[in-house]
This record gives sequence, C-alpha cells and structure tokens, in this order.
Amino acid sequence: MANNNDITHSKKYNIKNITKSSAFSSFTAALMAIFLGMIFGFIIMLIAAPEKAVAGFRFVLLGGLKRIGDVFYFATPIIMTGLSVGFAFKMGLFNIGASGQYTMGMFFALYVGFMMDLPSGIHWIVAILAGILGGMIWGFIPGVFKALLNVNEVITSIMFNYIGMYLVDMMIQTNETMYISTMARTKYLPQSVQIPSLGIQGSNVNLGIIFAILIGIGLYMVLQKTTFGYELKATGYNKFAAEYAGMRVKTNIIITMVIAGGLAGLGGALAILAPSAIAGSSMTYEPINRIAAAGFNGIAVALLGSSHPIGIIFASIFISHIQRGGTLASLVGYKPEIIDVVIAVIIYFSAFAMIMNAGLARLLMKLVKHDDKVPNNTKGAE
Amino acid sequence: MNTVYYLIQNMLPVAIPLLLVALGGMFSEVGGVINIALEGIMLFGAFFGALFVYIVQDSGLNPQTVLLLGMLVASLAGIVYSLLLSFAAVTMKANQTITGTSLNMLIPAAILLFSKMFFGSDGITTKANFFIREIPVLGQIPIIGKMFFQKTYLTVMIGFLLLIIAYIVFYKTRFGLRLRACGEHPHAADSVGINVYKMRYLGTSISGILGGIGGFFYSVGVMDGNVNGHTGVAGFGFLALAVMIFGQWKPLRILFASLFFAFLRTLAYSVSLIPFLSNLGINQTYYKMLPYVATMIVLAFTSEKSRAPKAEGIPYDKSQR
Repeated sequence: MANNNDITHSKKYNIKNITKSSAFSSFTAALMAIFLGMIFGFIIMLIAAPEKAVAGFRFVLLGGLKRIGDVFYFATPIIMTGLSVGFAFKMGLFNIGASGQYTMGMFFALYVGFMMDLPSGIHWIVAILAGILGGMIWGFIPGVFKALLNVNEVITSIMFNYIGMYLVDMMIQTNETMYISTMARTKYLPQSVQIPSLGIQGSNVNLGIIFAILIGIGLYMVLQKTTFGYELKATGYNKFAAEYAGMRVKTNIIITMVIAGGLAGLGGALAILAPSAIAGSSMTYEPINRIAAAGFNGIAVALLGSSHPIGIIFASIFISHIQRGGTLASLVGYKPEIIDVVIAVIIYFSAFAMIMNAGLARLLMKLVKHDDKVPNNTKGAE
Repeated sequence: MNTVYYLIQNMLPVAIPLLLVALGGMFSEVGGVINIALEGIMLFGAFFGALFVYIVQDSGLNPQTVLLLGMLVASLAGIVYSLLLSFAAVTMKANQTITGTSLNMLIPAAILLFSKMFFGSDGITTKANFFIREIPVLGQIPIIGKMFFQKTYLTVMIGFLLLIIAYIVFYKTRFGLRLRACGEHPHAADSVGINVYKMRYLGTSISGILGGIGGFFYSVGVMDGNVNGHTGVAGFGFLALAVMIFGQWKPLRILFASLFFAFLRTLAYSVSLIPFLSNLGINQTYYKMLPYVATMIVLAFTSEKSRAPKAEGIPYDKSQR
C-alpha cells in the first residue's frame, strides 16, 4: 500500500516538474487564449461570408509568412509598447498610458527630425534618443502621481493619453515646418533622420527590430540579474513586504514608470523614423485626435507574453503576423478590423486562461485516474 | 445672460451620460468589481440603441417614443455586455482591469467591422430628431424654464429621474446596503448569509444598465443620434470613472462632479461663441484638454483621503480568509 503510493507520487513529480513551472502554464494559457480567439475570428468570418471563410482564414493564419519583412516591421513598435506595459506590470502597475507615451516619443523624434540640422550619421540616433526622452516624461508624470499622491495609475495614464494626444496634435498642426495642412499630415522627414533599412525588398523593415529585440533581452537581464529588478518584482508581489524590507517603493515606482515610458516612447520613435520603401518619402503622422492603437496592442502582447520580455517579443511577432494576415484577408473581401476583434477576444480569454487551464487539467486528471485523489496536487498550476 | 442659457442648455445633455455612467461605475465598484469596461459598455449600448433607432426611424413613431424604446434596448445591451465582465471577474476570478481593457478594445473594432460590412461606413447614421425646442407649460416658467426645459433633450429629465432611483436604491434599500457590504468586506457579508457572487453580478449588471443607457444618451445628446466606431464615446467612460472617484462613490457628489466636467467640456467646444474667451486668442485645443487636466488636478487633491471600497478589484474567493 505504502509502496504503491510512493510510486504514483514520484511519477506525478516527474510530470509536475514540467507542468508546474510558471513558464509552462503561462505558455499553455497563451496558446489556449490564442486558440479560442482564432476560433472566434473564424466564426465571425463564417457568419459574415460562409463561402469565403476558409480562404479568408487561411490568409489570416499563413498570409504573414509571405510578408515576413513587414511582419517584423510592424512588430517593432508593438514590441516596445508591449515591453513597456509588461515591465510596469512586473511591479504591479498597469501602464495603460503606453499610447500617450508612444505619441509623445513620436513627437519628440519628429521634432528633432524637422527642427534640428544634424549630420546624417547621428541625426537619427539623436531623434531616437529624443523619442525615449519624450516617452520618459510622459511616464514620469503618472509615476509621480502614483508614488507621491496615491492616484491610481490607470486613471492618470488614461487622462494623459488624451492630454498627450491633444497636445501633440496641436503642436504639429501649429508648426509649419512639420505640417502640410492641405494633406492633413506631417511632411516627409529628411533622409538623414530615417533609420537604416535592413534591405529586404519591398518592405520597411529596419534596424529598429534589432534594437527592440536587444532591448527585450536587456530587460530580461535587468529583471533577472540586478538588485533593481529583484526589488521591482518583490514590490509587484507584495508592496508592503517590500517596503518593510527596506526597499524604496516610491522611488522604484517612479523609476519603473519612467523606464516604461521610455520604452513606449522609443516605440513611437522607431515607428515614425522607419524608412519608407518608396524613395523620397517617409512615415507620416496624421493629427486626427485619435489615441494611438500601438499602446493597446502593447497591452495585448504583454498579457499574451505574461509580461516576460522574451514572451512579449514572440507575442508581438505573432500579433503582427495575424494583423498582416488580416490585411491580406481583405483580398477576399474581409475587413481588417476582424483582427482587432480577434486580438481583443484573445486578451479577454488570456485574463483567465490560466485558471481555465488548471480546471481543464484537473478534469483530465480526474478522467485518467478517477480512483485517485488528485485535486490537491494540481493547485500549484494556478 | 444668453451665454449662460446657452451653456446650461448645452451642458446638461453632456452631463447626463457622465452622471449615469459614473453612477453605473459606482454600483459596480461598491460591490467590489472595478469597471474599466464602462467605455465599452457605453459604446455597446449606444450602438444597439442607434441600431434600433435606425431600424424604426421610417415607421413614423414619435421620436420621443423611439428614444424611450431605444433606451430600453440600450440598457438590455448594456446588461449583456456587462455579463462578460461579471463572468470573467466574478466567476473566473480574472484580473478585472485586464478584462475591462479587453472589453473596451473589442467593441470599437466590432462596430467598425459590423458597420463596414452592412452600412459601408464607420458607424450608424440615423436621421432621427430627438431635439426638443420647448417643453409645453414647463418651458414657460421664467428663467428656469429657459435653462432646463427649452432646447433640450428628453434624456435630461430621464437622467435626473434615474439619479433619484439610484439614490434610493443605494441608500434606502436592503439591496443597496448588502451590495456595499460586499465591496467593503465580502467575507463578513458572506458570513451573514449574503451571496457575494450574486450581489457582485447584480452590481455589475446595474452598471451595465446605466452604462448602456448613458452610452445611448451620449449618442442622442452629443452625437445627434449617431454612432461612430472611430470616435466612439470619446473617452466618456474613462471620464465617468474619474467623475466617480471625484464624487467619492456617492450619488449626489457624483452629480456635482459630472456637472463640473460637463461645464468644462461645453466651454471647450463653445469658445468661439463666447466673445470674452475667443478674444483671449488661446488655441482651442487647450480648452479640449481642460476636462482631462482638471481631472488630474482634482484627483491629486482628493486621492489622499479616497473612500474607495476596500475590497474593490479583489476577486472574492470563498475559501480564503
């Protein structure tokens, strides 16, 4: 009897060693959420136009593979906003303001691009740094409000999304060097301020994606190997315990928000400074009083990658991949907005996919050996 | 004096959606569920309300009847959408902020998708005319009649009626007391036999009703009966959250907070009509930022002694003590 028990226990530990790890459970949770989101998207396609649904869905799933350069190009800003949201999330802060920080970063980069005359080797570097600075400022404010005045960062960030958007739109519209009012967009940026292209034919993919991935790895190092990263995570787990242990929680909140803002700002800079595949043009910004979507996609990938920098990189590439696919699905008559719906559904499910998976695992365990008392052991998966 | 009349007449249709949605947020949060999804609920309600108006607009019904029926449709839509939040936040114990954010992201995309598929546009455009030039009898009262009962919408009166109902439910019924207990100390509430899950579902559903109606009233009073997937409800759901915090989760304070914000917003959009302000020559964008900046300033001063429900945002788990 006792022997028998021992054997089943050691067996269970073998499985648990893999399935119990948080990385594994968040990975399966992400897969589950993606799976459900995709099914939802397919159902919508079926309702909209049943005869074309399979062709359209194939575009969504595989279309991105044909435009791999564009997938990486469009993933770049999302990686940055995703890292921004994920980094703040590690500390228990919900940086919904990545949109505003992104817009600010973009404006600062634009400003350097148009208003400063620098040699072509360093112009784009200065513009990128300016973008980081712009985002940092816009992250600093919610940080201070949270740390010193105890204002919920969600509300502050949302308000500063609007303030930043109005401010940037106004400053662009009133600046004649930047803005063409007849076209309702910014002028083309000078060549010297555009980020060097990676040279893939017909695509705008540029050095930015390399920066984004390197920064993701760097953040992973910061979180895993530095005292600051440790304090940050400790504060995320239990703010009061961290404070009791002598960590400077308030300072760390501000630093975290400044870094998160800088990351999102860099995303904005990388997006606007990207080279254009069409010679003589550049990326442009249209000041139409709309909150940047990149910030919200950042939230999506941060959740999908469960705030892990490396996970966020892959999640961003995935989201960018299905977005490209969604654009291609318009070839058979589907609207690209379908992908935004799918992304929202994925986030909705990812919010409780881990719990759902744990429940599913328990159910499976029960089915496999219904005479064994298993439920106690699966709690770790939550 | 005409400027004052003008401002009040334009302010009230803006204040009512804020008021209703903030009240909705209050019901959800005093029950313990953070409702970031108000923006999405508003838009969902507005969309179905406007869709209803679009369908019946040629049937020759009285516009005010259409408005009342649209309100019912919007409130039902709001309940349905809020159930998605309740299910994730209460039953599945998911992170409430994340769930709310996903619900906010879903609906503008869904509206754009739907409208592009069926209307070939970015939203629903109705030709309904809900504007009331003058309410008989009441509109004749000197001063007050001109302020409140002329050039207005039926939404204003319904809004105040709903405020009174909300006040009574909140303070004077057993349900209101129990709901508040669930947001302050759910375990204590549970120990005296209150079903916390049910109460939280009810609280969030009420916020769905008020949010849906608020969204429809936004589309009636601010957008002339139209709904657009791009502009949505212009952050009113988020502003309503700020109004709710500013109002310290109390109905009457929320009324004053929403009037305050509506006043600032109306001012921002009518600068060119007020000689004094337009002579200052300040870019109109500054005025548009004013409600948001004011929110920040107000929150900075009120958050220290915030009376937020103690258990808000924490999923209730029976087995935890």
